[in-house]
Amino acid sequence: MGYPHKPHPKETAVLSKHFGDAEARSYKGWVKRGGYEAWKQAQAMTPAAIIEELKNSGLRGRGGAGFPTGLKWSFMPKEKKKPHYLCVNADESEPGTFKDREIMRWTPHQLLEGTAIAMRAIQAEVGYIYVRGEFTEPFAIMAQALDEAYKAGILGDLKIYLVRGAGAYICGEETALMNSIEGKRGNPRIKPPFPAAAGVFGLPTTINNVETLAAVPHILKNGAAWYKAMCLSNPKSTGTKLFSVCGQVQKPGNYEVTMGFPLKDLIYGMAGGVPRGRTLKACIPGGSSVPILNREETESCLLDYEGCVEKGTMLGSGGVIVFDDSADMVYQIMRLARFYAHESCAQCTQCREGTAWTTKILQRILAGQGKSTDLDLLLDLSENMTGKTICVLSDSCAAPVVSGIKKFRGEFEEYLAGRRRPVVAA
Amino acid sequence: MPDELVSLTIDDVQVSVPKGTLLIEAAKQAGVLVPHYCYHPGLPVAGVCRMCLVDVEKQPKLSIACATQVADGMVVRTQSDQAKKARQSVLEFLLINHPLDCPICDQAGECELQDFVFQEGRAGTRYTEYSKRFNPVEDFGPDVLYVPNRCILCTRCVRFMEDVAKEPVLNVSERGDRAFIGIHPESRLDHPWAGNVVDLCPVGSLLSKDFLHKARAWELDKTASICTGCSQGCNVTLDTREDVVVRVRPRPNLDVNRYFMCDHGRAHYRWMNRGDRIEAPLIRHGGELRATDWDEALDRSREILKGARGAAVALVSPRASTEALFLARRALAAFEWTGAFQVVVGDEAPLAGVPNLALRAERAPNGKGAELLGYTRAYAAAVTAAQSAAVVLVLDDPDAVVKTDGALIYLGTVLPPVAREAAVALPIANVAEEEGTFVNRDGRVQRYFQAKPAPGMARPGWWALGELLPEAERPASAADAFTQLAAAEPAFAGLSYGQLGFAGARTTRGAGAGAGVPA
Repeated sequence: MGYPHKPHPKETAVLSKHFGDAEARSYKGWVKRGGYEAWKQAQAMTPAAIIEELKNSGLRGRGGAGFPTGLKWSFMPKEKKKPHYLCVNADESEPGTFKDREIMRWTPHQLLEGTAIAMRAIQAEVGYIYVRGEFTEPFAIMAQALDEAYKAGILGDLKIYLVRGAGAYICGEETALMNSIEGKRGNPRIKPPFPAAAGVFGLPTTINNVETLAAVPHILKNGAAWYKAMCLSNPKSTGTKLFSVCGQVQKPGNYEVTMGFPLKDLIYGMAGGVPRGRTLKACIPGGSSVPILNREETESCLLDYEGCVEKGTMLGSGGVIVFDDSADMVYQIMRLARFYAHESCAQCTQCREGTAWTTKILQRILAGQGKSTDLDLLLDLSENMTGKTICVLSDSCAAPVVSGIKKFRGEFEEYLAGRRRPVVAA
Repeated sequence: MPDELVSLTIDDVQVSVPKGTLLIEAAKQAGVLVPHYCYHPGLPVAGVCRMCLVDVEKQPKLSIACATQVADGMVVRTQSDQAKKARQSVLEFLLINHPLDCPICDQAGECELQDFVFQEGRAGTRYTEYSKRFNPVEDFGPDVLYVPNRCILCTRCVRFMEDVAKEPVLNVSERGDRAFIGIHPESRLDHPWAGNVVDLCPVGSLLSKDFLHKARAWELDKTASICTGCSQGCNVTLDTREDVVVRVRPRPNLDVNRYFMCDHGRAHYRWMNRGDRIEAPLIRHGGELRATDWDEALDRSREILKGARGAAVALVSPRASTEALFLARRALAAFEWTGAFQVVVGDEAPLAGVPNLALRAERAPNGKGAELLGYTRAYAAAVTAAQSAAVVLVLDDPDAVVKTDGALIYLGTVLPPVAREAAVALPIANVAEEEGTFVNRDGRVQRYFQAKPAPGMARPGWWALGELLPEAERPASAADAFTQLAAAEPAFAGLSYGQLGFAGARTTRGAGAGAGVPA
């Protein structure tokens, strides 16, 4: 199985059209494939016109929250009194998500072009592309692409800098990312003020996800109507979305589908389903921070913002984690909680202490030392950790715990009753 | 221009506060203390402890009172079930890694974690079966110990060093529940104002080595006072245990020292407990000083003043109360008068983040008061003049070296060489043993209060000096002495002892003198 895999016939390859095509990485190769035409087009447009086009396209943030991109851009001060900044969130660290990595690896100019257009739309003179520290290869590719673009003079006066993270998950949170760019500890900031008022260096800032910006050139080039027409279900979710499928599937990888595509077809059709002889047990559709779906929910879920909410989860970053019937859900949930406990920035009490405590309880249950009151305790802690902190890391730890206990309570109870062999998890 | 006022309701109490006020401050005005740890009015808002969660009507989620600005018509409930549960859960989370070693913790009794857990925490813990986070005690600086196990990561200390002291040597190190307060590996917490982190710490995590295991908080009596360390006049509290001063802490005064005091002032209290005091009036009999009672000593002093003519020299301490300085001059009104004081000078150490706040070079709390009353810094000249003066009065100036052909009246707390030359030596109280006022360098008159009794027969300076006046003019109290002073001295015109209260007031003449002071 080669990687990236060949496009599946049901895929709608817009962003991923040139994945695997090494020539598309170079400036010349990108221009040959129609690159930077949208940027030229944008330079002839007013910022307001670009924003209007984006609003009409229905593009929503691909980082997880799904906020309408055009609307976000319109929050920047109209009358420019201070320097404006654009931050590009390339700190893709959400467990189960690896789409931005591929965009940067194969089509760095796609991101640069989107970045340039966004900077024009929000009247920013400086853009920071904040790349996850572990992304050594994508970073090198982006650096080369940026160099080529400057040499070609295509970016004009725009100043775009690459910033490397240092390995903290929390730096993918937008305000923590800004602190990190400023050289401070990557702690999320209290909001308000929102970035459009006071972002990086205290100046008006817009922050967008890599995938969001990569979609922008296509929207300008093909028109908002074209983008908006790509919709299989709810009209509020338009365009295409990359889904990183991983876990117990036969063909893990990135798949680009139109919004509203059935999750069932993504898993069974494109990713080849679970290993032979196994059955699907559960799925986390939007990266580790969203509630877990059971089999029935997974098989009826439509992949757009509304479709996921309908099933009690979220589209998130599009990191689809698949579990087959061999998966120990208690163990899996402990692993997720342990991740959040490790990554908590330690600011808010509920998160700092709650994520670690939750992990300890789950580990104890796995070790066969759970108590009958533990599930209620976990649920109560999760409630106390939800909606009360600066950022949503704490909520993200609670989400799989709550949904896991709700949907797979039997597995927890087997450990509690001593019917499962204890697992000692380090 | 008056601030625009915003009206809101907090726990059914209506308050009007200036626009932009934080909810937590507005609540104080409504008589509601919202429990909190990371918030401190003297520090930038962090919003991290999440303890001050309150219910704001029409908001989908609870809001933190420390970072939410008031809005007109806001309805706030601090006691809703939701808010109470949220705060209770924060307390539970804080306690899971807190050692509960209150019996051996210096903070016990003045610990905000104890207080709020007692007020609204859970009766029992649900975290029983795990060991707690452990990190060894760290020696942060000359007077600061860090006990990481008790730390609740409120970051007040970090923010103080970063934003107020502007010497960011502390940080939060590590992440998650492994986090602790770290110090720059090549730095010590030895900033001249570093001791404030101990006061700021809401729990017993940052401790003063000086105060370590000296007293339990409930054994302390607290008295409002003024720091005698320099001419800044920081408002302080003297903590006494069984009439021994064991600790000095800052007392908030937004116009003088905000919430802070320097380490020099903080450490400068042991002299108040000196044991080698003059405990009885002494009068000269031939070659020696003999103890006597106040009546005889005062009679002898009055005789000296009555019988002498010509010049009188007063050598005074800039640590003496304004009242004593005033009465010392008045007692010598019949003479050709010279008054002088000397000031110890040290290094100046500003607190960078607060305008006009520093450990001042002049280590004298009442130099300004002395100046306003006509005493000069021409100390050497006064010592020379003293040689031929008819009367020399030394007021609590143990370092005075004076030879005189006239009569020497000494008032002091201890018996230095100069006192041995005296015709009369009168024992007086020190700053912790009397009440009175100091005038700080900016001309602010501030009261200090009596924290402990004076030893033996020692009496306040104002009393002893007042007794030298004609009977009708003798003040009955420090307040009385101040009233006389305000009536007689134009610089103090319009001030009343009662109105000075705990915060003090500016003198009319001093107002122009403090350079660079915001009005």
